[in-house]
Order: sequence, then structure tokens, then C-alpha cells
Amino acid sequence: MILHPTVIANLLAAYISSFMVAYATYYGAQILKHWNIESGDEIQLTLERKTYLISTLLSYVFGLQLLSLFLYIFTADAMGPLFVGAMCAAGTLNVNGFGYPTLVFKILNFILAGLWLVLNHADNQGYDYPLIKKKYVLLALIAPFIVLEALLESAYFLGMEANVITSCCGSMFSEEKVTGLGSEIASLPARPMMWIFYGGMVFTLANGLYFYLKNKGGYLYAGLSLVMFVISLVSIVSFISLYIYELPTHHCPFCIIMEDYHYIGYLLYILLFGAVVSGIGIGALMPFRGIPSLESLLNSFIRKLALTSVLLYAVFTAFVTYEIIFSSLVINYEVVY
Amino acid sequence: MTPWIEKQRYIIDFTISSLLRRKVKNIGLLTLYTLIVFILASTMFFTHSIKKEAAIILQGSPEIVVQKIIAGRHDLFPISYIDSIKSIRGIANVETRLWGYYYDSLVGANYTLLSPPDNSGTTQLSGKTTAVETDPDDAEALAATKPLFEYNGALLEPGTLIIGNGVSRMRNISKGDYMPFMAADGQIMNLKVSGTLSSSSELVSSDLILITDEDFRKLFGIAPQFVTDAIVTVKNPNEVSMVAGKIKKRLLDSRPIIRDEILRTYDSIFNWRGGMMIVIFSAAVLAFVIFAWDKASGLSAGERREIGILKAVGWETSDVIQMKFWEGAMISLTAFFTGVILAYIHVFFAGSPVFEPALKGWSSLYPNFALTPFINAEQITTLFFLTVVPYTVATIVPTWRAATIDPDSAMRQTGE
Repeated sequence: MILHPTVIANLLAAYISSFMVAYATYYGAQILKHWNIESGDEIQLTLERKTYLISTLLSYVFGLQLLSLFLYIFTADAMGPLFVGAMCAAGTLNVNGFGYPTLVFKILNFILAGLWLVLNHADNQGYDYPLIKKKYVLLALIAPFIVLEALLESAYFLGMEANVITSCCGSMFSEEKVTGLGSEIASLPARPMMWIFYGGMVFTLANGLYFYLKNKGGYLYAGLSLVMFVISLVSIVSFISLYIYELPTHHCPFCIIMEDYHYIGYLLYILLFGAVVSGIGIGALMPFRGIPSLESLLNSFIRKLALTSVLLYAVFTAFVTYEIIFSSLVINYEVVY
Repeated sequence: MTPWIEKQRYIIDFTISSLLRRKVKNIGLLTLYTLIVFILASTMFFTHSIKKEAAIILQGSPEIVVQKIIAGRHDLFPISYIDSIKSIRGIANVETRLWGYYYDSLVGANYTLLSPPDNSGTTQLSGKTTAVETDPDDAEALAATKPLFEYNGALLEPGTLIIGNGVSRMRNISKGDYMPFMAADGQIMNLKVSGTLSSSSELVSSDLILITDEDFRKLFGIAPQFVTDAIVTVKNPNEVSMVAGKIKKRLLDSRPIIRDEILRTYDSIFNWRGGMMIVIFSAAVLAFVIFAWDKASGLSAGERREIGILKAVGWETSDVIQMKFWEGAMISLTAFFTGVILAYIHVFFAGSPVFEPALKGWSSLYPNFALTPFINAEQITTLFFLTVVPYTVATIVPTWRAATIDPDSAMRQTGE
């Protein structure tokens, strides 16, 4: 194990969020079991009070999750010099088998926690807690993931040994080695990928606006926003990073969050995460539009979500386009290695 | 959006005035909080900047140092080995070094004695590969080739010494004075100090004494066919580990040390020291968290009544939670930033008197140096996670408990 202050901070954050989620789930389970809005029982009163605690706890967990996602990548980046052959997060995460799975779980949990908050907000709009059971079922589904993430993260940091020879981002995300997911994505040709990205984005945005104005095609937009999220991540590896680094061979998705590139990565990723959470949130809320206590409020909330998602995607695309246009790199032809 | 912001503004306004009403209690909490942040921040700033300093210094050190090993111990290096190293392809230059330690019983300190390499610039590069010329416009390359210490024009000739500032301070000697040494054969050598080293490089040169080749061999009784170790310059960084491997293969009793390994090791050591300090201080953080929990849950009668009245006049539970959130945020941010600023002053302007002995290591000849101020987002985020996050978590449950008080019971109890 490497006793690095930032590693300690990471583990602390992971344990705190799993502890809070476990605590919340425990009371969530009680709510699932005993909730009865009609009853004036003491237990019902206690449970109603507990919902405030749980939603406060989970808003903190959600905030912590977002911060810790970036702290995790930051830590991996900072520890690059400790490992032979690792130059940035891409290499450090590969030090042992737990690095990348932790990252995947962190992203997944962030999205799930965001969804929960969307559901929670909608639930608070109605006077009779219309979504309370669904909300706590979702929480019970999320909890194991967050605990698993904490376990994976501990395994990753505790199993770290300096000086293990790892591959650096130059070799893992480069076209030369065509094995592993990283290289597969990087070897996707930049030109067609650009078409897919811009085509997909225009379609998604148009769909989102259509939904916002006409209130039709909500599920489609939710699905599209998820697909677009994946496409955008792939595009970052495939061509967006090239323009930011101004290097036709450097595909690393982590180096863009470093100081040398003015921390542009944070902005891009935050926009992207915000867009996907609000986009999927639409899909999660669509089935509940018929509930009487929510009818009037939910529609405007869903439309707000749609607008947020569309705006975030649009700003993301604008930044990407700006980077591409003002980059000194020009890809005129496909480089064949 | 605007009504939401307005609402938060009113809540913040209310919170500030309510905090100010209980000055003593809140100032106590704030002081303790600031102290915790200050201690952790000082530790982190200090280790980080010393790491940075070490990295900058090591930048100018040779790519590979080759030592001879006997029974796992460092031994004198035969000059005859040089030829076999020179013939390896990719090596730009091989130089020998003569250095060692001298224990001065008078002051109880160890000096580092070094016979300086020939810096006249006319040395022929002896390796098989020609060296790349340094571009005079490239600041980074220049910094890498800059010599580690400068001896302001002082001339080093047999019978003289150039001493570092630490030595000069400790023995209270300067240019023109004599310094006696006990040679290996028992004779006393009286060497004249012909200059001191510049103070900008004090971290490396505090305990350094530069001495001529001849005097060095006489002082320690080293035969002319031996040197302390050899340094190898490899111009292509990609080839360094390959060259080191070849040296190891040719000279079985040698130990090539690569610069990157030294850098990594320093990094690990200082990370470990900083991490150790934080683990030790985590007890303090824990104590503070318990204190915060206690403060937050032990509501005074006045506070209970206040919350009761707020709820009675129409505040919702979530409003009270929001108020408590802003209260926590204000205390946290004030303490956090005050602590960080104080730590910055402590480490970079005052020379961190509190932690220096623990983090710098042990020696009777300390270098006097000012650390280059250096902080980054990583340190601040880590610090935030280590202090603000535990505090916030500790106050959630007490906050909720306070917010769900029934107005009637709150007012009735205090009415007694």
C-alpha cells in the first residue's frame, strides 16, 4: 500500500459514502415494510421524519460521489511517477486489476445516485409521497453497488505496490496495440467517429427540443441521451482528445483533466454527467405522470429536465467544437500505421 | 430560479445573525476546526514542496550512478572498470567521482567531502555516442544541465577548501581561515578555506566541502586506481534502463542506480512521511469529529426554542435542515480557508517551525532554506476531504434530529 495523503482521502470518502448509504438503506427497508400513508401510527410518523434524514444523507452521498470520482482520477494521475512506465492515470489505474473496475463503478454509481435524487425531487412535489416505495427500492438496488465500489477501491489502493511495470497511456490507448478496450476505441477512425458524434448529437438535441416543445417522445430522448453519453465518451478517446492535445497519436481520456490543458476535462465531464443524469431522469419519471397528486407538477419538472439535458449537451458540443476549430491540429487524412 | 436564490439569501442572512448571537460557542468550534485544518495543511504543504524541491534538484543529477558492491556493501570503484562501461553503445559520457563523509568530532557533525568534477568545459566526451548540444534558448534544458552548486569564482587548488554555508555557520569560519582535518594516517592536515558556496543551493550544499583530488586521496588514504563511484550520461532517456541492464551484465559486482529510481524513492519516502503524519493526526481529526457531533447534537434550550418557534411560524423541516446546512457550510469554509492560509504562512514564510524536525529527517547540520511556495488543486481537495467531509457527515444526524423537533414540545420544555 502507498501511504499517500490523497489515497487516505479517497478511502475515507469511499467508506463514508458506503456507511451513509448502508444507514439510509436500513431505514429505507423499514419504510418499504411499514409505510402506510393513511395511518396515524407513531411508527408512520417516525418514518415520515426519517425520509428527511435519508434524502439529506443521499444528497451528501451524491455530492461526495461526484467529488470522489474526480479525486480518484486525480490521485491516479498524481501517482504516475511512482510506477515505472506509468505517465498518467491510464497507467496507474492499470497497476492492478481493480483500478478500471473501480472507475466504471464510480461513474455508474454517480449516474444512479443522480437518478435517485431526480426521483426524490419528484416525490417531494406530491403531498402524499406518491413515489416513496419505488424510491426506496431503487435505493436498495444502488446500495450494493456503492459498497462494492468501496471494496474495489480499497483492493485497488491497498494492493498497490510502487515500481510495478505498467503500461503508460502512450501504449495502451495507441493504435499500435490492437487488444484491450482502450485500443479498440482509439483505433476507431477519427473521421467517421466525428460524423457519428455530430450526427448523433444533432439528432439527440433535435429530439430533446421536440420533446420539450411538443411533449412527445420522452422515452426516446432518455434512451438517446444514454446512447449519446457513451458515444461522447468514446469520441473523447477517439478524436476529441487528439484536438485538445494537438497530437495525432495521444488518445488518453485522463490527461485532459490536467493543468496543462487548463482543466478542460473537468468541464467536459461535468457537462456530460449532468446531461446524462437529467436525460435518463426523464425516462425514470415518465411512467408516473398519471399519478393524481403529481399530474400538474411532474410534467413541468420533466420538461425542465429535458431542457437542462439539452442545454448541457449543447454546451458540451459547443466546447468540443471550439476545441476542434481552434486547435492547431488538422486531420486531413487518415493516418495509417 | 430567482425565488430560490432569494430564499437561500434570506436563510443565510438569518443563519449569520443566529450564529453571531451565540458567539462564544461558535468561536470555540471555529478555533478548533481551524487548528485541525492548519495542522493537516501544514503537513501536506511541507511534504509536497520538499518533494518538489528534491525533484528539481535531482533533475540535474546524472542519469546513472554506478557503484561497486562487495557483500552487499558499497565499495571503492576501480578505475579500470570505466573502459568496459565506455564501450556500451548509447553512453555519452562516463565520469568518475570522489566523495565521502568526514566526521568532525569537534562539532559532532558529518560533512560531505567532494572532489568537484572538472567543470572547465573542455573535457572530451568519452562515450561512443556524441552528446546532444544544449539549446541556449531552451530554459528547461538549461535548468537540467545547470550545476547544482556554484562557488562564486573561488579558486580551488591543493591545500584549499570551499565550504558550504552550514559548515561555515557551524564552525564559524569563512574565507581565509584554516580548517584542520585528521587524515587516515593520523597526520593533521590544515586546509585553507578559499571560499563558500552560494546560498541558493543550500538544500544540497549546506554540509558540502569541496576539496581537490590530491587532498581527498591523502585525507582518506585512497589509492589512485580507485574512485568512489562513476556517473554515466545517457542522452536518450529511452535507453537509460537498457544501458543500466548492460552495465549490470558486464560488471557483475556493480550496482547501477537510475535517476528515476532515486526520484521515485524520494517521492515514496516523503509520501510515506506525510501519510504517517496524517495517520497520527487522524486521531485528532476523530476527536474533532466527536466534538463536532457533540456540539451539533447538544442543542441549548435557547436553540431548541428557536427551532420550535421557527416551525410554529411555518418553517418546514427541510427549511430548518437548509438553515443548518448553511450554518455548517459557513463554519466549514471559514475554518477551512483560515486554516489553509495560516498553514501557507507557517510553511512558506515562517519556515514551518512546528513540523520541520519530524518531516525533514535527522541531522546535526541542518540546511537553512526557504521552500518554494507550491500548492495545487490536489492538495486542497485532499485537505477538504480529510477535514470538511468528516465534519459535515458528523453533523447530518444531529441536524436532522434538531430539525424534526415538534414545535410544541420544544417550546413547552423550555417554558419550565
